[in-house]
Amino acid sequence: MSSQYHDPANVINPEHAEHRIVQPGTYIAVYVTLLVFTGITVAAAFVDLHIFNPILAVAIACIKAVIVILFFMHVIFQSKLIKMTVAAGFFTFLILITMTLTDYISRAWGRW
Amino acid sequence: MSTTSTTIVNLPDQRTATIPKKNYITAEDGLLSWLLTGDHKRIAMLYLVSITFFFFIGGAFAGLIRLELLTPQPDLVASDTYNKLFSMHGIVMVFLFLVPSVPATLGNFLIPIMIGAKDLAFPKINLLSWYLYMAGGLFTLAALVLGGVDTGWTFTTPLSTHYLNTHVVTAGLGVFIIGFSSIFTGLNFIVTIHRMRAPGMTWFRMPLFVWSNYAASILMVLGTPVLAITLVLVVLERTIHIGVFDPTLGGDPLLFQHLFWFYSHPAVYIMILPGMGVISEVISTFSRKRVFGYTAVAFSSVAIAVFGFFVWEHHMFIMGVSNYSALVFSLLTMLVAVPSAIKVFNWAFTLQKGSITFETPMLYAFAFIGLFTIGGLTGVFLGSLGMDIHLTETYFIVAHFHYVMVGGMLMAFMSGVHFWWPKMVGRMYPESLSKLSAVTSFIGFNLTFMPQFILGYLGMPRRYHSYPAEYQVLNVLSTAGATVLGIGFLLPLIYLAWSLKYGAIAGNNPWQATGLEWQIQSPPLTENFIETPIVDYEAYDYEWLAHKTEQEVTTVG
Amino acid sequence: MDNTIVATHDTHAEEHHHVSLPQHRHHFETEQQQREAGTFGMWLFLLTEIMFFGGLFFAYLLYRNWYNPAFVAASNQLSIPLGTVNTAVLISSGFFMALGVWAAEVRKKGLLVIFLILTIISGCVFLGVKYFEYKEKWEKHHIPGASFDISEFVNPPLNPKTGKPIEEPLAPDMAQKTQVFFSLYFAMTGMHALHMIIGIVLLFWLTWRAHRGEFSSGYVAPIENFGLYWHFVDIVWIFLFPLLYLINRHPGT
Repeated sequence: MSSQYHDPANVINPEHAEHRIVQPGTYIAVYVTLLVFTGITVAAAFVDLHIFNPILAVAIACIKAVIVILFFMHVIFQSKLIKMTVAAGFFTFLILITMTLTDYISRAWGRW
Repeated sequence: MSTTSTTIVNLPDQRTATIPKKNYITAEDGLLSWLLTGDHKRIAMLYLVSITFFFFIGGAFAGLIRLELLTPQPDLVASDTYNKLFSMHGIVMVFLFLVPSVPATLGNFLIPIMIGAKDLAFPKINLLSWYLYMAGGLFTLAALVLGGVDTGWTFTTPLSTHYLNTHVVTAGLGVFIIGFSSIFTGLNFIVTIHRMRAPGMTWFRMPLFVWSNYAASILMVLGTPVLAITLVLVVLERTIHIGVFDPTLGGDPLLFQHLFWFYSHPAVYIMILPGMGVISEVISTFSRKRVFGYTAVAFSSVAIAVFGFFVWEHHMFIMGVSNYSALVFSLLTMLVAVPSAIKVFNWAFTLQKGSITFETPMLYAFAFIGLFTIGGLTGVFLGSLGMDIHLTETYFIVAHFHYVMVGGMLMAFMSGVHFWWPKMVGRMYPESLSKLSAVTSFIGFNLTFMPQFILGYLGMPRRYHSYPAEYQVLNVLSTAGATVLGIGFLLPLIYLAWSLKYGAIAGNNPWQATGLEWQIQSPPLTENFIETPIVDYEAYDYEWLAHKTEQEVTTVG
Repeated sequence: MDNTIVATHDTHAEEHHHVSLPQHRHHFETEQQQREAGTFGMWLFLLTEIMFFGGLFFAYLLYRNWYNPAFVAASNQLSIPLGTVNTAVLISSGFFMALGVWAAEVRKKGLLVIFLILTIISGCVFLGVKYFEYKEKWEKHHIPGASFDISEFVNPPLNPKTGKPIEEPLAPDMAQKTQVFFSLYFAMTGMHALHMIIGIVLLFWLTWRAHRGEFSSGYVAPIENFGLYWHFVDIVWIFLFPLLYLINRHPGT
C-alpha cells in the first residue's frame, strides 16, 4: 500500500534521483572560465563604451554568477524546487530594485 | 454522542477521563529539558509564555497613551515621554507580539502534526529562533529601561539618525535580532511543508492553516532581511555618520523609507495571513462544512504574499515620492485587496447552509470577519491618493491598522488559542467565561477604535499628545473602550491559567473537527504519531469523520 | 476508510537500502530526505542574504547615478591590480571549496582536508589584501568622517608627461560626495568581509571535523551546505568588484 509513496524508480521525487558527483574536470573548466571573464571585465573597463560600460560590466558579472550557481553550487543538477527557489530570490531582489527606481526615475523627469 | 443543537462539544466521560500519562509535557522533567528542547510543541509553549508577557507590556503602554488622551491638554506625561510611549507600544506590539503570534505559537505546535510529520525540519534552528526572540526582546526592554526610544516604531529618518539622542541603536539592534528569529521560523516552515508531508498528504489536502503559514513564511524569508540591512544602516548612520540618509552629506532620507517599508508592508501580511489560516479552520469546524472554494483560498494566500511585495510606497504618498510612482503603487494597492476579499467571500459561503454553533472560537472568528472587513475596506480608502492626502498621519490611519491588527489579527489569535487550547494542554476552559471575554473584547474594541475613524476624518493628527478641545468627547469614548478591551484580554489570562489545573478533560477531539491534530491524543506525544499516518481523504471531510467515529480507534499513549 | 494512524506497518524500510548514518535525525524518514531538506534550508538562508545585500546595492545604484563624477573620481582611487588579484584569489577559493565537496563525496579524507585548508588560505589572503587596501585609505584620509580630505579631488595631481590633471577636477560640493562612495565602499566590502570572516571561522571548525573523519564516510551535508554559503559570498564579490573598482577607467575622458 505504501509502495506508491516510496517507489525507488520514482526519480521525480528528488530523494530518489541518482546522485551525481561532479568531476574535478568540470570544476577546472569552470575555474578557468571565471578567470577569463574576470580578465575581460578588467580590460573592458579601459575601453570607452559610453553607456555600455556599466551594462557590460554587470552583464559579465551576471554570467560569472550564473556559472558559479549552476556548477560550483550544483544547481544545474538539483531539483526543480531548488531552481525555483534560486529564481525566486533573484526575482524579489529585482522587484526591490525596479520598483524603488520607479520613484527615483520619475522624480525629476529629464534630470536623471 | 452529545450533539445538542447549541454546541458540538463532545467531551469524554468526566468521571473516568484522565490526561494521557505519556505526553510531550510529562516526557521529560526539569527546567533544562524545556530550555534545551528540540520538540516543536515545547518551543511553541515557550513562545506562548513569552509573547503573552510582551503583549501585556505593550498593552500597558497603550493604557498610558489612552490615559493621556483623556484630556486635550498634555497633562499626564511630557511630550518626549508620550513619544516614547507610542514608539514602545508599536515596537513591542508589532515585532514582539503580532509578527510571532500565530506562527511561533500555533504554527510551531500544529504544522508538523497537520502534515503528519514528527517535528519541524530543523528543531535546533527552531530553538535558536526562540532564543533570538528572547535576546531581541531583552534589547528592546533594555532600550525601555535605559530611557526609551521616541522615533515611532517606524524609525523614520532623519529624525532617528540626526535629531534624537534616545536609545535608537539599542532598539534598532533589538528589532534586528528579532528579525532573525522570524527568518528562521519561516525558513523552518517552508522546508517542513515542502519536504516532510506524510504519504498521501498532497498540497491540496493540507489544512488551509498550513497554506497561510506557508505564504507568511515566504514573506518572512524574503522581506525581513531588508529590514535588517535598513536598521544596520540607521545604526551606522547614527554611530559613524556614513551619510547614506543624511541630506547634508548627499543622502536621501526617503531611501530609508523605501527600504523600511519594503519589509514593513509585507510584514502586515506576515501578521494577518496566519490569522486568516486560523479563521479558515474555525469557520469550517463550527459550521460542520468544508471550506468553500479551498483552491481559491489557498491560492489567495499565496497571491496576498506575492502582491504584498508590490505596494509598499502607499505608506509614503505624502513624503515626497514622485506622483507617477504614487499612481502606480496606488493602483497596485487596489489590486492587493482582491485576494483578501476573495477569502472573506469564501468564508461567508462556508457559513451558508452550515450547521453553525457559537462556541468561543467561533465568536472570535465572527468578530474577525466583520472587523477585518472594516479594516480592509478603510485600507482601500487610504490607498486612493486623494483620500490619503487628507487622511494620512491622522487617527484614521490609527483606526485602520488597529481594525486589521487587533480586530483582525488579535481576534484570530484568540480564536486559535481557544480552538487548540484543548489539544495543547488536554483541558477545556470554562465556556461561559470565555464567551463573556469574547463579547467584552468585541464591545471594548469597537468603542475604542470606531471613534478614531471619526477623529481622523475630522483631522486629529496621530502621535500627538494634545488636541483641540472639540475632539475630547470622542477621545473619552475611546479611552473608555480601551478599559473594557483591557478587561477582555485580562480575563482569558486568568481562566486559561485556571484551566491548566481545573479544566474539564478534553479528550482527542472535543470539537469533532477534521485534521490530523484531532486524531491524536491531547496533549500529544512528543513524537506526535505512533505510526506515520497515511492520508487518503481530503481536508475538511466531515463525512469521513462521521464514518470514522463509529469505529473509534484510540491512540492514548 | 478507517483512520490509518495505528494501522500502518513500516514496510518501506525493506524496499530500498538506505545507508543509516549515525547523523541521521529521527524526524526524517530517510537520509536523502534529510540531505535534501538541508540543502533547501541553506538556499533559503542564502535568499535572505541576497535581500540583505540587496538594500546596499540599491543605495549604491542610486548614489552612483546622483553623484556620478564623484563616484568616478573616488573609484579611480582604488587599485585595479589589487582588486583583480583579490577577485582571482576569491574565485580560486571557490574552486578549492568545490573540489573539497568532491573529495568528501568520493570519501578521500586527506584530499578533503587539503582543499579545505587551501580554501582557508585563499580566504585569508583576500582579507589580508583588503586590510592593506583599507590601511591605504586610512593613510590618505579617505575614510569618511571628520578627517576626510577632499583636496585630491578638487586639485588632482598632474600627469608628469602631459601636464594635465590625471582626473577631472571636481567642484568642492561634488568632491564632498566622494564620501558617499567611500561610505558605501566600506559598508559593502566591510559587510562582505564580515561574512568571509564568519566563513573562515566555520572553515576551521569544519577542517578539524574533516580531519577526524566525520565527512569521509558518506555524510557530506555540512561540507556541501557550507560550500553553498562560501560560493554565495564569492558571488557578492563578483558583483562588488566591477561596480566599485571599474566604474570609469577610460584614458583621457
